[in-house]
Amino acid sequence: MSTLSYAARDSATMLRRNLVHLMRYPAMAVSVLGLPVIMLLLFVYVFGGTLGAGLGAARGLSYIDYLAPGIIVLAVCSGAVSTAVSVNVDMTEGIINRFRTMAIARTSVLTGHVAGSVIQTVLSAVLVTGVALAAGFRPTAGPAGWAAAFALIAALAFATTWLSVALGLVAKSPASASNLPMPLFLLPFLGSAFVPPASMSAGVRWFAEYQPFTPVIDTLRGLLTGTPIGHNGLIAVAWCGGTALVSYLWARAVYSRGGR
Amino acid sequence: MGVMTQNQSAQAAAVSATGLRKSFGDTVVLDGLDLTVPAGTVFSLLGPNGAGKTTTIKILSTLINADGGAAEVAGHDVAAEPDQVRAAIGVTGQFSAVDNLLTGQENLLLMADLLHLDRSEGRQRAAELLGRFDLAAAAGKMAATYSGGMRRKLDLAMTLVGRPPIIFLDEPTTGLDPRSRRGMWEIILDLVAGGVTIFLTTQYLEEADELADRIAVLDHGRLVAEGTPDELKRLVPGGRIRLQFTDAGQLDRAARVIEEGTRDDEALALQVPSDGSVAFLRGVLSRLEAGSVGVAALSVDTPGLDDVFLTLTGHPDTEDDPR
Repeated sequence: MSTLSYAARDSATMLRRNLVHLMRYPAMAVSVLGLPVIMLLLFVYVFGGTLGAGLGAARGLSYIDYLAPGIIVLAVCSGAVSTAVSVNVDMTEGIINRFRTMAIARTSVLTGHVAGSVIQTVLSAVLVTGVALAAGFRPTAGPAGWAAAFALIAALAFATTWLSVALGLVAKSPASASNLPMPLFLLPFLGSAFVPPASMSAGVRWFAEYQPFTPVIDTLRGLLTGTPIGHNGLIAVAWCGGTALVSYLWARAVYSRGGR
Repeated sequence: MGVMTQNQSAQAAAVSATGLRKSFGDTVVLDGLDLTVPAGTVFSLLGPNGAGKTTTIKILSTLINADGGAAEVAGHDVAAEPDQVRAAIGVTGQFSAVDNLLTGQENLLLMADLLHLDRSEGRQRAAELLGRFDLAAAAGKMAATYSGGMRRKLDLAMTLVGRPPIIFLDEPTTGLDPRSRRGMWEIILDLVAGGVTIFLTTQYLEEADELADRIAVLDHGRLVAEGTPDELKRLVPGGRIRLQFTDAGQLDRAARVIEEGTRDDEALALQVPSDGSVAFLRGVLSRLEAGSVGVAALSVDTPGLDDVFLTLTGHPDTEDDPR
């Protein structure tokens, strides 16, 4: 009982610390938000005309309605980089050794990071959704659909955050910590974020159909714009849960192994 | 009863280690280290860079595990009961362990929160420490803007928030200017007066001499000497007498009269190992006078870490020390 409440209290303390960091050093948060917004504007106003003409007629969707869910997922992935870097910076500075020599809940350092990053990432996904709405995104979802979409985004953020915490722990330096989560950012491109996998060449299509981001994006798109979801919802939740669990165990093992 | 005696011995020894061993890859860092630190005393581990000082502190403060041997801190085995050890210790490492993006006060409050002090108690403790360490004026500034000396003080203040009875200080004054160093020494002596046990490492014989009740000299992962500062200094020759001459002729004559001297032709100087006594110095001077050698200047060097190492280990403290 008391062990658990101390763990919660220590994690809350660490969360407060990370939120103060976020406010004192907002450059990272701004770049996390900037990238998906630029992608959104680029794909709507530059490539959107041609891409939309290629698939709009077939699906009866305007291109931004197809694109926006993918961009929202991209916003979640973009948060991973800042998480990995801030975890790594923490580990390479002396303060982590201070925490390790104090009688505090062992993983509260990590859970504090995860809670802070999930909050930051969900906020940035919400802001990106706002920008998409301003650019003409017209979702058809009712309150239940929005709630489910929010839950999915939170679950994805939880999974990618634990993964990037693990990556931040294994990275040798902040520079490599910022490179390791890069594949996370590329995967939506090789999935259903920008164009349907069916339009891709055979090998890439096979990859696009089976990689984790495609079911997540398709589910989000279905929830927000009413396209069919099918088994994708279940597959998306399984991917998020599995990634979160494996990454959590990985991060915990690396963290308790201690001094690099 | 058995339990009683165990408690009593735990109280007597704040820190004890037997046969500690640690290697990183092929490099043996600790090669069977034994030490005992009675409660309420200052113990100094003295040695050059790479001797294993920081590794010893890391093992004793539960940061890393030893490959072999056993260690107890505050009566608890460091490997088996790390949380009980952590509750009894404070550690200020060689590298600053402050949060740069937090202010001085926020850093102290962070410690108070992690120690589960209640809010008002935490604020009071933070204010008290900021005052005691002359940091009150900078309390609201981010630690990133602090000078080296201020960071070190904040670092130590953070360690003290929980009033730990045993404090590990890893090279607490390395990199500080002489004035900040003196200030740090005063703080440490204050803590000792309050009954705290201090385990400190240093590269400076002078620092160990100033602060420690007992000094252990560490070299290549083994203790090569242990004792009070006076006992240790008695092992070491009394330093050197340095004689300076105005020309090579005088130096030649002096070198002939004092055969045990080491000549430095470039500096026109002669170094004479001495036992530090006045009688020895008088002997050297009278031999120079008898040989009618004119001496331009004379200085007496007290023993330093170099001399300690040369005497105890037969090799100078070169290793990777820049000096």
